[in-house]
Amino acid sequence: MGKKILIVDDSVSIRQMVSFTLKSAGFETDEAGDGKAALEKAKGKSFDLVFTDQNMPVMDGLTLIRSLRGLPSYKSTPILMLTTEAGDDMKNKGREAGATGWLVKPFDPQKLLQVVSKVLV
Amino acid sequence: MSIDLAQFFQTFFEEATDHLADMERLLLHMDTAAPTADELDSVFRAAHSIKGGAGIFGFTRLSGLTHVLESHLDLIRSGKARMTEAIADELLQAVDYLRLLLQCCRDSCEPDEAEYQGMLQRFEQLGSGAWATSTPPATALESEDGSFGLFAAPLTEADEGFGFFASPPAPAQVEEAIEGFGLFAPLDAAPPTAVDEGFGFFEPMPGKPLTAVVAPAEAVRAAAPAREAGKPAPAPDAASIRVSVERVDQLINLVGELVITQAMLAETGQHVEGPVAERLQNSLNLLERNTRDLQEAVMSIRMLPISFVFNRFPRVVRDLSHKLGKGVELVIQGEGTELDRGLIEKLVDPLTHLVRNSIDHGIESPEKRRAAGKPERGTVVLRASQQGGNIVVEVSDDGAGLNRERILAKALENGLPVNEAMADADVWQMIFAPGFSTAAEVTDVSGRGVGMDVVKRNIADLGGRIEISSVAGQGASFIIRLPLTLAILDGMSVAVGQEVFIIPLTYILESLQPGPGDIRRVAGKGEVVHVRGDYLPLIPLFDVLGLRGVHDPATRILLLVQAGEHKAALQVDDLLGQHQVVIKSLESNYRRVPGVSGATVMGDGRVALILDVADIVHASHTAQAA
Repeated sequence: MGKKILIVDDSVSIRQMVSFTLKSAGFETDEAGDGKAALEKAKGKSFDLVFTDQNMPVMDGLTLIRSLRGLPSYKSTPILMLTTEAGDDMKNKGREAGATGWLVKPFDPQKLLQVVSKVLV
Repeated sequence: MSIDLAQFFQTFFEEATDHLADMERLLLHMDTAAPTADELDSVFRAAHSIKGGAGIFGFTRLSGLTHVLESHLDLIRSGKARMTEAIADELLQAVDYLRLLLQCCRDSCEPDEAEYQGMLQRFEQLGSGAWATSTPPATALESEDGSFGLFAAPLTEADEGFGFFASPPAPAQVEEAIEGFGLFAPLDAAPPTAVDEGFGFFEPMPGKPLTAVVAPAEAVRAAAPAREAGKPAPAPDAASIRVSVERVDQLINLVGELVITQAMLAETGQHVEGPVAERLQNSLNLLERNTRDLQEAVMSIRMLPISFVFNRFPRVVRDLSHKLGKGVELVIQGEGTELDRGLIEKLVDPLTHLVRNSIDHGIESPEKRRAAGKPERGTVVLRASQQGGNIVVEVSDDGAGLNRERILAKALENGLPVNEAMADADVWQMIFAPGFSTAAEVTDVSGRGVGMDVVKRNIADLGGRIEISSVAGQGASFIIRLPLTLAILDGMSVAVGQEVFIIPLTYILESLQPGPGDIRRVAGKGEVVHVRGDYLPLIPLFDVLGLRGVHDPATRILLLVQAGEHKAALQVDDLLGQHQVVIKSLESNYRRVPGVSGATVMGDGRVALILDVADIVHASHTAQAA
C-alpha cells in the first residue's frame, strides 16, 4: 500500500503533474482545489504528506496549514508548501503556520520526488 | 524516472486561457477608481496561477511576463501602487499579448524576441520599477538555490506532536543541500527522543548532525515508498471533465448514423405483416424515442452558453468607443442562452462586425446626441434568446438608425434596382449587397464596404438569416436567427416529380390544397395564391428546380412558408412525412448549389436534397420585383 499524499493547488495542471509524478513513484494521491476542500478531505481520511499551494481561492495555504495543525491527527504530518515566493517573509509565515518545509515553484518531477524521499523516508 | 510534462500541457493551456479570460473580465468590469479588494485579489491570483504553471511546464516567456504583471498587481493589491484607467488599459494589452504567447506555446512557435523584451520592459516600467526584481536575493535562510527547505521543530514533548516552535522563527542554520534541497534546524533544536511513540526522525543529512525533521512513525517503518501501483486516485473534486471537441464530434457523427439506421428500420418495419408486425412496430417506436433522446443528450454536450461570444464585447466596445470619442454603454442580455459550439465560433466575426457598425455608424457623437435630446451615452444591446427551434441573436443600438435616402442614393450609384416606393425592409436589405457602404468617410473601424455582405454570407452558412429593423433617429436592430444546431433538423419530406426534397420545418407555416379559384395569374408576376385575404407568390418547385420528367401539374399541394419578411407558397406534388434528418454538407461533398442547403440520407437509403427555402423565396421575390 503506497503512502497517501494530498495535493492542494487551484491549478489543475499542476495537480495533475504532481499527482502523476507521485503515482508513478508508487504513492497514492488525492487532490483538492482549495484549502477548504483540502481540509474536508483531510478530515475524512488520513494522509502521510500534504503538499499545498499558498495562493488559492476560498482558503489559502497558510490558513489550511494552521487548520490542519489544529486537528489531532495532523499534528505531526509533514506539510510542504508549494510556493512561488521564497522570501524570508513567506518562510517565516510558513514556519509560524506550522509547515514542515517549502518547495519553490517551478520545480521538476525529479526535484519533487527527491523532496518527498527526504520527508517520507 | 522521467516524466513527460507535455501530457499536462493541454490542461495548462485551457487553464491559462480561462485565467486570461478572468483577468480580462475583471479588468473590464472593475471600477478603476475604486476597485474592490476581491477584484484585485482575483486578478492577481489569475496572473499568479499562470505564472506558476508556466514555470513548471517550462514556458519561460509566459512565466517571465506574468511574473512582472503579478508583481505590479501585488503592489496594487497591497495599496503600494494605484489602479487607474490607464493601468487597466495597459493590463488589458498585457492580457492580449499573453494570449499571443500562449498561442505560441501551443503551436511551439517562437514569438518575436524584440517584441517580447519590449513588452517586458514596458510593464517593468509601468510601476515604480522597484518591483521588477521581486525574487529576493538569497539569504542565509536558504539552501543552495533556496528552492526547498524544511523547518524542523524542536519537540518539547514527543507526544505533543509537531508544529510547536519553542524558539522564535528566527533565521536558522542552513542545511546542506542536494541540488537545492535543504533543511532548517532552529539553533535550539532538541534531539529526538521517542521514536516508538508515534514519531520518527530523519537521519541527519550527511555531515549535518543538527538536522532534525519529524515524520510519522509510519514513515520510518516503510523504508521506501511502496512501488506497487496504487489504486487509481479518486477523481479530482470537480463536477465536470474536459473532453476534446473531436471526441464529441465523433459521438455526434455516430448518433447521426444511428438516426439514419433507425429511419431505415422504421421504413422496413412498415412492410412487415403478420403477428409480429405490431410488436415490431412498438419496439421501433421505442427505438425512435430512445434515439431522439440520445441525440438530444449528445447534442447538448456541444452546447455552450453564448456568453462565450458575448464576453469579448465589453472589450470591443470599450476600445472602440474610446477610439471614436463616443460614450457607449453595452447591455448584454440572455448570455446564458445555449447554442452549438460550432455556431458559437462562427458567430464571433459577424457579431463583431455588427457591434462595430453600431458604434461607428449607429451611435452618434455626444454633441449630436445632446442636440437630438438623447442621453449623451449611447447604448448597444446584445441579446440572445431561444425561440422554438431557433436561436435569435440581436444587436441593437439607440443611434441614428439607417439612412433610407443615403442607402437608396448609394444603391442607385452602384447600379442596383431601386425605386422610391420600396418598402423599408427591402431598402435595408440592400446594405447586404457586395461593396455597399454608406459611411461618409472610410475609417479604419468600418466603412470599407467589405462587411455586410460577408456578414450575411457567414450567417447564411450557419443556416441562419439576418433581418434589419430601423427607425430614423431611434436606432437600428440587426436580428440574426440561427438553427439550434448544425447537424440535425426537423424536416418535411415532399415529392416533386420523381424526386424527394426536405423542407426544414422551421420555415413551414401550413400546408393546404387550394380551391380552383384561389390561384390567379398576375401579369408579369407569375401566379399568386389567395389565402385568407392575402395574396402570396406561388413558387412551383418543379419549374424552379429545373426538374424533368413526369409531372402532373393538376395535383397541387401548397406549403406556406415564411422566410424573413416574406411569405410564399411552395407548390409540391405530395407531402410524404415528417422526419428528423441528419444534414450532410453538399458543399464539402459536391459543390454549392443555389436553393439547396444540404443533403441527407433517407430511411430507404435514397439521398434527398434539403431545400434552402430562404434562398428560393428570396430569388423568386427579386425576380418578381425586377
